[in-house]
Amino acid sequence: MNDALIELKNLSKNFEDQQVLKGIDLTIHRNEFLTLLGPSGCGKTTTLRIIAGFEEPSGGEVLFDGIDISKVPSHKREVNTVFQKYALFPFLNVYDNVAFGLKIKKMDETVIDHKVKSMLELIGLPDFAKRDVTSLSGGQQQRVAIARALVNEPKVLLLDEPLGALDAKLRKDMQIELKKIQREVGITFIFVTHDQEEALSMSDTVVVMNEGIIQQVGTPEDIYNEPENRFVASFIGESNIIEAVMKRDLLVSFDGQDFECVDKGFKNNEDVEVVIRPEDIDIVKPENAKLTGTVKSIVFRGVHHEIVVETEFRDYLIHTTDYFEPGLSVGLTFGPDDIHVMYRMDWESESRGGAGR
Amino acid sequence: MKHYNKLVRPYLIWSILIILVPIIMIVLYSVTTGGNALVNISFTLKNFTKIGEPIYLEVIKKSLILGLISVSICLVVGYILAYFITRFDDSVQDLLILLVTIPMWINTLLRTYAWISLLSDNGLINKFLSLFGLNAQTFMYTDFAVIIGLVSDILPFMVIPIHTSIRKIDPSLIEAAQDLGADKFHTFTKVTLKMSIPGVINGVMMTFLLSISTFVIPKLLGGGQYMLVGNLIENQFISVGNWNFGSALSIILTIIILIGLRLMKRFDKEEKEEAE
Repeated sequence: MNDALIELKNLSKNFEDQQVLKGIDLTIHRNEFLTLLGPSGCGKTTTLRIIAGFEEPSGGEVLFDGIDISKVPSHKREVNTVFQKYALFPFLNVYDNVAFGLKIKKMDETVIDHKVKSMLELIGLPDFAKRDVTSLSGGQQQRVAIARALVNEPKVLLLDEPLGALDAKLRKDMQIELKKIQREVGITFIFVTHDQEEALSMSDTVVVMNEGIIQQVGTPEDIYNEPENRFVASFIGESNIIEAVMKRDLLVSFDGQDFECVDKGFKNNEDVEVVIRPEDIDIVKPENAKLTGTVKSIVFRGVHHEIVVETEFRDYLIHTTDYFEPGLSVGLTFGPDDIHVMYRMDWESESRGGAGR
Repeated sequence: MKHYNKLVRPYLIWSILIILVPIIMIVLYSVTTGGNALVNISFTLKNFTKIGEPIYLEVIKKSLILGLISVSICLVVGYILAYFITRFDDSVQDLLILLVTIPMWINTLLRTYAWISLLSDNGLINKFLSLFGLNAQTFMYTDFAVIIGLVSDILPFMVIPIHTSIRKIDPSLIEAAQDLGADKFHTFTKVTLKMSIPGVINGVMMTFLLSISTFVIPKLLGGGQYMLVGNLIENQFISVGNWNFGSALSIILTIIILIGLRLMKRFDKEEKEEAE
């Protein structure tokens, strides 16, 4: 990727005696669609609010184009925010909401008019200028909120769970829309969400956070296919997570057997964890299988069946389009590249989580 | 559900007895002569035409001006007070609002007497001034005394609705304004002030209502000569004994208040329409 726009250096934040951010290091690039993903209380929104200038960090630096802005008030920053519940001004119509920032900057009326109108065009609401914002639907209010922020031509657009209040169908549409808008305006988007599907489908870079620590930074594919620890593996998609021992490079042992794998760089006989995604396990005849068991349950999920197979050591979750009768004896198999070896997560010292980076 | 309807009946009876009947009586008195003697009443509009006499018009005018002055002072003081209260943490805010309302628990008469002991010629304020060698000032029986008494009396009714409306403002609206480049001053004028207008309207309505109908405060702090509509009505009923004229005055006062409320509602509506 091209050059860095925002750098967070050892950022920390305490609210009273609670430590919400515990040393965040992150580089955000120009024109990047970056998502902060994590469960509620993981510090993602706090990170966003520090970048916006609504919170002051307790420690560390926020560099914007190389300059520390952690003491700059929010109204002087070149970032704009789309708020979770839109925060449109109810006493202004759509046009005046969008024009708010430009009027504050005392721009020429004709320039404002031109900018506002082209922005309403971009969000697909050109005929809504005179409408009362409270009469708009959630999706329309969301678009106005995006327009109100983007019209100021910020270098970075911050989005705080903007799709949370929308219904499923609209949310999907807005995901595509947002990605399209980001490509059109060509600026950095920092998006906060707890929805992994949203994060994977829109982002260039996903930052997985938990308990104030960055767990993993990577492309959506990296995050899904090569999770670095149990937290990331279980938070992103469904998975079978198995405690295992790394015998040596390319050989991992679990469920009483040794399996070939593609991972290396661990110590010999190091305790590790293995993740196998449910769709990477194939159900075969017991005689051709690596593991054997019986079908415990099967649930139809639309595209696939969700099957639980009980083996001697554990239950495996498998996604397949085929149907297997519960009680049937089956075999399970997977290839070396379906096994992803991760560092064993040490829940005692939480800082370990970020150590894998 | 149906048998619950019966529970409303005592309330209805009370309402009729203590609200509707007195109003009907007042209307009846205002268009008749003969005072309390309901035996031989005759209808007349004389009571209303009497109000047109310059001396009474002067009293109404004075009441209106005093009411407007008190409400204006109250609005400025009350808004600033309400705004600064919202700057504190929630628990401190509750305490401060409690402090604002405490005077309301005390009888108006007692509160007004407290002002007398402060403002009189050898009252506390003058004693304080004399410590610095300043001459004693006369406060009692002036417009100043009446206005300060009135403002202190009605201030809570201005502070509370304004405070409520400012407190209700979604903090993300304030953040949104800052995010869009507004400094503290513009955030206040463009967002906080606009969002608090409903509270201001409520406050103005309530304080206007109270200030225009007051009679205890002008009587005690303004002296016997100080005549407002409230005092005039009181006199008609208690000293002069002309209940008919007093009733007509009451009705006129009610109409003035209703017109005032109407105007404020209009103003409120226009605000809303402007926003559309």
